[in-house]
Amino acid sequence: MAIDLLKDRGTPLEQQKFTWKDLVQPTYSKLDDDAFTRVRVILMNGIEAEALRFGHSCARMNRDLQVHLAKVRRIEQHQQTMVNWLNPPDQSPLETTIGFEQVAIEVTAAVALKEPDPYLAQVYRFGLLEDFDHLYRYSALMDRVEGKDANTLVQSYTDIVPGRPTSVEHRDAADDIRRAYQKDRAELATKLHAFTIMSAEHMTHDYYMTVGPTYADPVGRQLYAEIASIEEQHVTQYESIIDASETWLEKWLLHEATEVYNYFSCVESEGNSRVKAIWERFLDYELGQLRYVADLFEKMERRDAAEVITSQLPSPIDYVSHRNFVRETLRAELNLTAKGEEFVPFDQESDLSRRQREQLNSEGSPSDFVSAGYIWAPGTELTRQAPNVSDGRQRQQPTAH
Amino acid sequence: MATTQPDMGINRTGIGTSPRLSGDMIDATKEFRPSVSGDERQIAYVRGDYAREADKLGSVPPPPTAKGMAKTALQGLKSARPVQFIDKLGERLGFERSGVRVYEALISKFDHTGGFEGGPERMEVEQILREEFEHFRMLEAAIKKLGGDPTALTPSANFHATMTSGVIASVVDPRTSFAQCLEAALLLELADNDCWDALVQLADRAGQNDMVADFEKAIRDERDHLLKIRTWLAVAQGRAGATNGG
Repeated sequence: MAIDLLKDRGTPLEQQKFTWKDLVQPTYSKLDDDAFTRVRVILMNGIEAEALRFGHSCARMNRDLQVHLAKVRRIEQHQQTMVNWLNPPDQSPLETTIGFEQVAIEVTAAVALKEPDPYLAQVYRFGLLEDFDHLYRYSALMDRVEGKDANTLVQSYTDIVPGRPTSVEHRDAADDIRRAYQKDRAELATKLHAFTIMSAEHMTHDYYMTVGPTYADPVGRQLYAEIASIEEQHVTQYESIIDASETWLEKWLLHEATEVYNYFSCVESEGNSRVKAIWERFLDYELGQLRYVADLFEKMERRDAAEVITSQLPSPIDYVSHRNFVRETLRAELNLTAKGEEFVPFDQESDLSRRQREQLNSEGSPSDFVSAGYIWAPGTELTRQAPNVSDGRQRQQPTAH
Repeated sequence: MATTQPDMGINRTGIGTSPRLSGDMIDATKEFRPSVSGDERQIAYVRGDYAREADKLGSVPPPPTAKGMAKTALQGLKSARPVQFIDKLGERLGFERSGVRVYEALISKFDHTGGFEGGPERMEVEQILREEFEHFRMLEAAIKKLGGDPTALTPSANFHATMTSGVIASVVDPRTSFAQCLEAALLLELADNDCWDALVQLADRAGQNDMVADFEKAIRDERDHLLKIRTWLAVAQGRAGATNGG
C-alpha cells in the first residue's frame, strides 16, 4: 500500500471516535501470538506516549497552539489506551519488561541497518549493545527469582547472552550527548528513526520507573533502578540527535509523520488480524492528524510542509530477528564507550564517566549480582544444572571476566 | 455446556516452535559467555543485606476504644499472644471477604460460559458464596467483641492478600474457563481449611469458647467446599464419573 504524506487526508479528526468498550479490546495471547505482535504493541504504546509528552510540552510553551494540541492529544491518549490495553493481564510486569528489551534490540537494529547517516547508525548500534545486555540481565532475574524462561517471550528471535555489561554502561551525563542531525540536510528517514527510538526509550524508562518498585525481590528492585538509570542515559542520547533548532510546529509535524510511519510499518508486518485492523484504523487516524498539523504548519509558519516531510515514507521497519547483525556488532563494537559526542575504546573513557561508574557500583552492581555465571538454557538454568544451595553466608563478590 | 479441555493450537513459547532459531539461541551462549563469574547465590546475599535492614510489613492496630483496650488486656491474661490472635482474625476476615468476590466472579463465569456435565449447579456455588459471606460477618463480630477494629488491614491479612492476588486475577480474566477457575477456588479452599483449623486453636487458647463453636461450624463448611470443588474438578478433568456431582 502506498502512502503519500503530503496528499493523503486519512480520517478527519472529527470522525476519530471511541467508546470505552472500543478502547478495551480483547488482548493478544502471550502463548500463541508471535513475539513481534507484543513488540509492536509495546513500541506503539511508546510512540503514542511520546505524542502526548511532546504535546503537553509544546502546549506549555505555545498559547496559540493549545486548543489544537488538546484536540489531537485527546485522540492520541485514546489511541495509546487502545494499544496499551492489548497487553494481556496474565503478562507480568517483568514479562512485559522482556518485551520492552526485545523492542529496544530488534527495532533499534532495524533502524541502525536502514539509517543513512553513518554517525547516527553508530549511535544506534552503541545503544543497541546496551539494551541487548539488559535483556540478558532481566532474563537472569526471571529465571533465578521466578523459575521462568524468558525465551517463552522472545521466542528464539533474540539471543539471551551478555552485551556491553550493564555495570559499565554508567557514564557522566556529558558523555551521553551526541551530534544532532541537521534539519535542512537530513533525510526524512533519519528524522523518523530518531523520533521512533527516542519515543521507545522514553517509554522504557517510564515503564521501569513505574513497575520497578512493584517488584518484591531486592535484587529485582535494584536491577530496575540500575537499568532505568541507563534508559535515562539513552533518552538523553536519542533526544540529542534531533536538531534542537526545529520549530515547535516542525517537531509536531515530524511526530505525526513518525506515527504514520510506525503504524504503516505495523500494518505491513502484523500477523494477528484483529491487531492488524487496529493498526490500519490508526494509520488512517494518523494521516488525518498529519493533515491537520500540516495545514496548521502552513498557515502559521507560512512554509510548505514539503520543507519538512517528503511525500514518500521510508521503507517500513522490519519486524524480524536481527541476530546476525547484533552478533556482528557485538564482535566489533562491544568494547566501545562514549566520550563527549564520540565513541572511543573503553580504555579512553573520560575521568568523569569512570568516577561516575565507580561511585554507582561502589556497593556492588545489581546487574552483576543477578547474572553471576548465568548461561541461558531452554527451560531455564535448572535444566542445565542443579540449584546451588550451599551455605551462602560467606559472601564472595562476582568477578568480571 | 462449556468444554473443560484446553485446545491444541499454535503455542509459540517452546523451543520446538522453531528448531532452527532455538539452535541459534543455544549457539550464542557458547560464543558470548557470562561477563561475571559466580552463581545464583549472589541473589541470596543481597536478600540477606536487605532483610537485615528491612522494616516489617506493618503492625496490628491498637483497639480503637478504651473499652476495647480493657477487653484485649483482659483476654491477654488468658492468651499468650492476643496481638497474634487479632492479626489472624483479620487475616481470615480479609480472606473470606475476598472469597465472596471470587465466588461472585465464578458465578458470572458460570452464567456466561456455562458449567459442565457432572459439575456444580449454580445454586451450589451460590451456597458456597453465602457461607463465605457468613464467615466474613462472623469474623467481623468476633473482632469487635475483642475490642478490635475489623476494618483494619492487619499484617497477616495483607500477606494473605498478596498471596491470593493471583487467584483473583485468574478468575476475573475473561479468557479463563469456569473449570480452570475451580482450580483457583481449590487453592483458596485448601488454604482456608488449614487456616480455620489454626484459628480454632488460637480461639481456644484465648479462652474464647463461643468463637470456638462458631469457628468449628466454619470448618465444617470449608471441608464441604473443599470436597465439592475437588469432586467437580475430578469430573472436569475426566478423573471421575460425571454422575458424581458432590
